[in-house]
Amino acid sequence: MKLKTKLFGHNYEFKSLREVMAKANEEKSGDKLAGIAAETAEERVAAKVVLADVTLAELRNNPAVPYEEDEVTRIIQDDVNERIYDEHKNQTVAEFREWLLEEATTTDMIHRASRGLTSEMVSAVCKLMSNLDLIYCAKKIPVTAHCNTTIGLPGTFSSRLQPNHTTDDPKGIAASLMEGFSLGCGDAVLGLNPVDDSVESVARILKLFEDFKNKWQVPTQICVLAHVTTQTEAVRKFNAPIDLMFQSIAGSQKGNEAFGLTAAMLEEGRDMMLHRGTSTGPNVMYFETGQGSELSSNAHNGWDQLTMEARCYGFGKHYKPFLVNTVVGFIGPEYLYDAKQVTRAGLEDHFMGKLSGVPMGCDACYTNHMKADQNDIENLAALLVAAGCNYIMGVPQGDDCMLMYQCTGYHEPQTLREIFGLSPIKPFEEWMEKMGFLKDGHLTPLAGDASVFLDRQEV
Amino acid sequence: MVDQNALKAVIEQVLSEMNLGSAFQGGAAERIMENSSTNPDGMTTETVVDEGFAPDVSAVDLRKQYLVENPRNGEAYMDLKQHSPARLGIGRAGARYKTLPLLEFRAAHSAAQDAVFSGIDIEFIEKMKLFIVRTMCKDKDEYLTRPDLGRKLSPEAVKEIKEKCRMNPTVEVYVSDGLSSAAVTENIADLLPAVMQGLQSFGIDVGTPFFVEYGRVGVEDEVTELLNSTVTCVLIGERPGLITAGSMSAYITYKGTVGMPEARRTVISNIHGDGTPPVEAGAHIAEVIKIMLEKKASGTDLKL
Repeated sequence: MKLKTKLFGHNYEFKSLREVMAKANEEKSGDKLAGIAAETAEERVAAKVVLADVTLAELRNNPAVPYEEDEVTRIIQDDVNERIYDEHKNQTVAEFREWLLEEATTTDMIHRASRGLTSEMVSAVCKLMSNLDLIYCAKKIPVTAHCNTTIGLPGTFSSRLQPNHTTDDPKGIAASLMEGFSLGCGDAVLGLNPVDDSVESVARILKLFEDFKNKWQVPTQICVLAHVTTQTEAVRKFNAPIDLMFQSIAGSQKGNEAFGLTAAMLEEGRDMMLHRGTSTGPNVMYFETGQGSELSSNAHNGWDQLTMEARCYGFGKHYKPFLVNTVVGFIGPEYLYDAKQVTRAGLEDHFMGKLSGVPMGCDACYTNHMKADQNDIENLAALLVAAGCNYIMGVPQGDDCMLMYQCTGYHEPQTLREIFGLSPIKPFEEWMEKMGFLKDGHLTPLAGDASVFLDRQEV
Repeated sequence: MVDQNALKAVIEQVLSEMNLGSAFQGGAAERIMENSSTNPDGMTTETVVDEGFAPDVSAVDLRKQYLVENPRNGEAYMDLKQHSPARLGIGRAGARYKTLPLLEFRAAHSAAQDAVFSGIDIEFIEKMKLFIVRTMCKDKDEYLTRPDLGRKLSPEAVKEIKEKCRMNPTVEVYVSDGLSSAAVTENIADLLPAVMQGLQSFGIDVGTPFFVEYGRVGVEDEVTELLNSTVTCVLIGERPGLITAGSMSAYITYKGTVGMPEARRTVISNIHGDGTPPVEAGAHIAEVIKIMLEKKASGTDLKL
């Protein structure tokens, strides 16, 4: 492995692959905070040049956290198909990048290659991609999954309906989800972030969702985003209906420990879903990730936030999820400083998820202490749709009154479908037509009128 | 000269496309035409400025606003909507937002951004009789990107605190901007006196208050070690949301130390006009501190 190069008459020498990987990243405030970012623009390019010549085998043999120390590494490495890996292991990152982009390389070929990759390889090739490369290449890699309906099919674009409420008030939640559905949100999932994550409260909201879904025959999935152990208890104790089991995941064992999570818990949760869940499956899990979470819990082992994020997808893939999304701008400006960094990270995460083989969506979002605004996040959403992203979020006018951040609104998914000529998931589209919200791919005068669901004086 | 009827039609079309709501409509085209005197080429030569204000979009009560046109069962939805602070019942213009909610959102975000990125009101803090010190951060930008520096006092701050504060107080209370300088100006005039008077009414000894600029919560542990206080309480601005930009929290520790687990802090959050009002919150904080001193614990160790 060569760790040296010359650029404009300067020698650049790196001490390790870890240093090359960190310095080859596009600029991120989180890598600076970790003290591992390139010092100059030239050093950043020098690191990219060195990385271009590294082979996939060298990346496999240098995982971000050693195999013996970390169950995330073990799961990623043990899931590799060795024959497929052998076909690619002598490629350099530069060669692998070009192979991915070539016309002759089909979707099926990339899906197959994906089974021979580790997350460090996925991260490395991402570092050599421009933003348009990330869009172009991800577009070649649709990833579908089936829970009650099928997500990710070409020609479709979906959204999570996120009716969060400051006190989990059932009436307030109902008001929000009705408006969301009336605008075409919620074909990916109806999913709430609870304020009260007690077992009883989680079970109560799942029941509310199930009742609404059944009454109006909505072809979608339901979920309450509590800890995996809480959801399991809600099923055991209250026989709560549950289509998807949620969990936040990280790219290292130590990072998962900060979430109170082990691989065994996820295994157990999935097992419970397959035996007692309400959905068809086989994909019954929902994961959220986001660059920087490992650094914030000091669980990054000196590695860059992009590589740690790639490992989330390698780890999550093991549990055959229906939904995976990065919550890209939630963590704050100390990790992603401004609109430029969030846009880049959103495109990177979507690309890496797809290359890893997970059905990837994105919560395109920002907090109020970040240098970004709603225009920036609308831009990112449009770029993500161009890249073939499976789904985005929908909250009332993009303002989440509970999580105190802004993301895409109930109006955005349908706007983007109309611009890009896409549809919701087929059975959901038919449901919207039956309800009278959609006709010939456009909203009807009835769309946006949540009071339709109150016609019979019932909630 | 442009045909008057054609001009009127154009203006009406623009207004209807802007969908500005009733406040802007009803003979608006005539008003605009009356207000513009035109020369023979149809060019505006002067604009007559009317008295009065454009509607204040920051004053709209979101729970009372309902912009859906011809709803099937509007009353029932209005009743339901009362149970949520979210931006609901906002209608649409094509697949997009109506203009009024769009402007309301932008106004709320502008307030949140200004609360984070604007500096502190020095005059106000001096009026509160607080002296100002800084952390290691040299500006707002560094504060936002370097949480490690925002948790450490500058050498000058350490010196000044040692000089001006009484040592070994039972309770040390101080104020910090955190992520919202608006939270300081909106709450401190009521909150700080309420905490101080509450403690004094319990006969609890309180040290000298001051203000930390560019402060993260963790600074309170350095303050504890510096002044040797038993309980330390920082009143600090929260990350602003769109519903309010001026929310404040109190983080309180019993015998805090630098590097202690975060779970040992007791937090009282959501202090603002529409949450827990500052006077009420101040009394509550004083009571919590009293219990803390009795039970000799804080955070998850303290069962309130």
